[in-house]
Amino acid sequence: MNFETVIGLEVHVELKTESKIFSPAPAHFGAEPNSNTNVIDWGYPGVLPVMNKAAIEFGMKAALALNCEISKETHFDRKNYFYPDNPKAYQISQFDQPIGHDGWIEIEVEGKKKKIRIERVHLEEDAGKNMHGKGGYSYVDLNRQGTPLIEIVSEADMRSPEEAYAYLEALRSIVLFTEVSDVKMEEGSMRCDANISLRPYGQEAFGTKTELKNLNSMSFVKKGLAFEEKRQAKVLLSGGEIQQETRRFDETTSKTLLMRVKEGSSDYRYFPEPDIPRFVIDDEWIERVRQGLPEMPQKRRARYISELGLPEYDAMVLTLTKEMSDFFEAAIDAGADPKQASNWLMGEVSAYLNSEKIELPDTKLTPDNLAGMIRLIEDGTISSKIAKKVFKELITNGGDAKEVVKAKGLIQLSDPAQLLPMINDVLDQNQQSVDDFKNGKDRAVGFLVGQIMKATKGQANPGIVNKLLQEELAKR
Amino acid sequence: MTELFNKSIEELHSLLISKEITATDLTAETFARIKETEPQIESFLALNEEKAHDLAQAIDRKGITESNVLSGIPIGIKDNIVTKDLRTTAASKILGNFDPIYDATVMDKVYQADLIPVGKLNMDEFAMGASTETSYFKKTKNAWDQTKVPGGSSGGSAAAVAAGQVPVSLGSDTGGSIRQPASFNGIVGLKPTYGRVSRYGLIAFASSLDQIGPMTRTVKDNALVLNAISGFDAKDSTSAGVSVPDFAAGLTGDIKGMKVALPKEYMGEGIQPGVRDAVLKAADTFRALGATVEEVSLPHSKYGVAVYYIIASSEASSNLQRFDGIRYGFRSEHITNLEDVYVNSRSEGFGEEVKRRIMLGTFSLSAGYYDAYFKKAGQVRTLIKQDFDQVFNQYDLIIGPASPTVAFGIGENINDPITMYMNDILTIPVNLAGLPGMSVPAGFSEGLPVGLQIIGKHFDEATMYKAAYAFEQATDFHKKQPVILGGGKA
Repeated sequence: MNFETVIGLEVHVELKTESKIFSPAPAHFGAEPNSNTNVIDWGYPGVLPVMNKAAIEFGMKAALALNCEISKETHFDRKNYFYPDNPKAYQISQFDQPIGHDGWIEIEVEGKKKKIRIERVHLEEDAGKNMHGKGGYSYVDLNRQGTPLIEIVSEADMRSPEEAYAYLEALRSIVLFTEVSDVKMEEGSMRCDANISLRPYGQEAFGTKTELKNLNSMSFVKKGLAFEEKRQAKVLLSGGEIQQETRRFDETTSKTLLMRVKEGSSDYRYFPEPDIPRFVIDDEWIERVRQGLPEMPQKRRARYISELGLPEYDAMVLTLTKEMSDFFEAAIDAGADPKQASNWLMGEVSAYLNSEKIELPDTKLTPDNLAGMIRLIEDGTISSKIAKKVFKELITNGGDAKEVVKAKGLIQLSDPAQLLPMINDVLDQNQQSVDDFKNGKDRAVGFLVGQIMKATKGQANPGIVNKLLQEELAKR
Repeated sequence: MTELFNKSIEELHSLLISKEITATDLTAETFARIKETEPQIESFLALNEEKAHDLAQAIDRKGITESNVLSGIPIGIKDNIVTKDLRTTAASKILGNFDPIYDATVMDKVYQADLIPVGKLNMDEFAMGASTETSYFKKTKNAWDQTKVPGGSSGGSAAAVAAGQVPVSLGSDTGGSIRQPASFNGIVGLKPTYGRVSRYGLIAFASSLDQIGPMTRTVKDNALVLNAISGFDAKDSTSAGVSVPDFAAGLTGDIKGMKVALPKEYMGEGIQPGVRDAVLKAADTFRALGATVEEVSLPHSKYGVAVYYIIASSEASSNLQRFDGIRYGFRSEHITNLEDVYVNSRSEGFGEEVKRRIMLGTFSLSAGYYDAYFKKAGQVRTLIKQDFDQVFNQYDLIIGPASPTVAFGIGENINDPITMYMNDILTIPVNLAGLPGMSVPAGFSEGLPVGLQIIGKHFDEATMYKAAYAFEQATDFHKKQPVILGGGKA
């Protein structure tokens, strides 16, 4: 029997507001444990939450970017459960009236486009962190407590781990473009739980699902789902039944392991949060937020292909982050050839960022100086090879490409009067290669060019060298 | 220097202005009186003597002006109001060792007004009760008869004022917790409109019902203190951005033409004859003052108690979850794992009544019961509100008893929760509707005070005070004070 895979994802995204969603404490990371907290975050007796309007607006932004309807009248609810990282023993969340609902995003897998529906986007506060220390003691750090989150719940519209991966990638890039979150799975600013079930092709009813947790990267989501897909198929084919359970992805083995079997659903006793009045989001507010949204990646991609003539692959890579895409557009505005700029950003720039483990804004490279460098290549002032040296200088120390070339004496040698004596010196010193060439061994030319480039410390214009070399060889 | 304890805020203020006494004298006298009467009344859980003394001296150095009537006046604070560096327990073992690091917004206002907080007052544990008997620490006595309860939950706040320990105290009212003890002790207690006074720093019982309010010996004193503690607070999203009038300004004694409603449901079965008589006489007093008093109906008020015990308990079950033994307060010593921390700390830390309400509320919010209980209660709450709206379309005020009975005996009802709950039958609908309500002295029955409840329109405390003042001036119930240690006048 063949099975159809059914996947739905629940994604939590941390919003990077200045302060927390219900307290004025800073919502930043990396501080000493419990230093970014106050009495509200501690769940002290008598304290009350006050809604951070910026968090609401960030949530609206994300919901609109995901093509959601915005709930005009909404409120918060309490989700009750005891845990040391949850100081009030309830989480302020949204239950029956999420800020956004009925959205969708488009994904593309192997050239096939597909819409994945989004059931809801709701706002809530994050919990703190429990840490287990020496001597059997556990510690609670409430710095993260109260950080604003949105939970994005997809419909069970994905049919393969690849589609789930594409959905996460598209979601990440859309949210990145709204600039409401860093959306980094590795750092926890984006978290994903995956629900997966199988059913025989043609059957409408969903099979029993399992929920996967501890998926700390997008590739783990894909791997975890792929494992689970096979595991479930094996169970079903051997006549077994899938248990509704929560499973943990194990990074070292790429397997999923049983965490707990669901025995009925947990009762969180949701009820409307009485400390925060219901609030209205009027059309004017929605419109203002919508106007503030940047062009979304999908649109940019289409424009890069149709207007700038970039290959689809380039357009996709350049629009993965807004930073890269904005940088690319600024470089073009500064006069760079689009394909050249794309090649540099996808090639040298990305390689540098990966090897240094930094982000584009952390470097000294600017759209202006990249465009300047590309122009110098085009007008023959520097060779592509020299350009790599210039690039290294620009990205680490900054400056103007022309100045760098001048200061370092990197201008390309193109003048035959300067080049000819050097070429003849090389030919004089390598009679063997000249003989080889005469005997029809073309490979000797490569060696000779290499020697000439070496003699000019790489500054010779390779095209001119080639031409002059052919002429001189013919004379011998 | 004698008998300062019998005086109203206004009277004490004139003595301070004329320099017959200083704030330091008054503070010292207050603590002397508290110590003298505490063995009989047992209203205080903590005293703030040293700091109060320092505050009084600072106020004396600064000088007291006529513009601030409250300057230098001692005030008692109900123990569910968070006070910085002053132990705050909500009368619960679970907060028995809790010394807050911040002040409630009302405390900021108390300090701004140069009032002097002298200590924390006993109450029912987490304000759950109508007799102050559920306090973990002590049993406060009624100022008029020490075999009777002072009412609750603000029993300490009421008894302290009635016994002349302080001229004013702050209480809180979720279902009648200011009005019923004010009634039992023959003082003036007002629960403001929901949103009038900030709840920031009030240890939450039922968030959608709780309000802090003043308890005093006279109507004018009460209005003066409400002036000081009212107003929008950015730290409380449920506080109202409405303007605060001078509540003491309209106290002329003239209420001619005022339209007063007397709901028949408030005078029915279960109301003691002595209480009914006092209220009927009060109605006559209003008529004599030129107001009209007519019978009206609040048909859904009979569901008030049921609705209240679902909504208040549901909110409480969630609000009280933070007392988990993890970060502050009591933690059980019998623990081997995390679940023990929760279960044992809470089992040992909470009293019976609190546990009963947590269970009630947890049940009402549980999957499968939510619609039948919590949701339904919310719908009936709307009907109760609409009842009031209809009456207030035609009337300025509603009057009735504040409590069906006068103060009952200590130990009489403590094992009978339903009877205890029915004590709030006349006050609860007011909280459910978010309306302001007050109790003013309206006579005596069986030698114990009876309180008249006055209910006003949303944010119209001014009209209530106006009527209450006219009533007070036309009667002399407020002039009678209980005899304690031979200090009072019979």
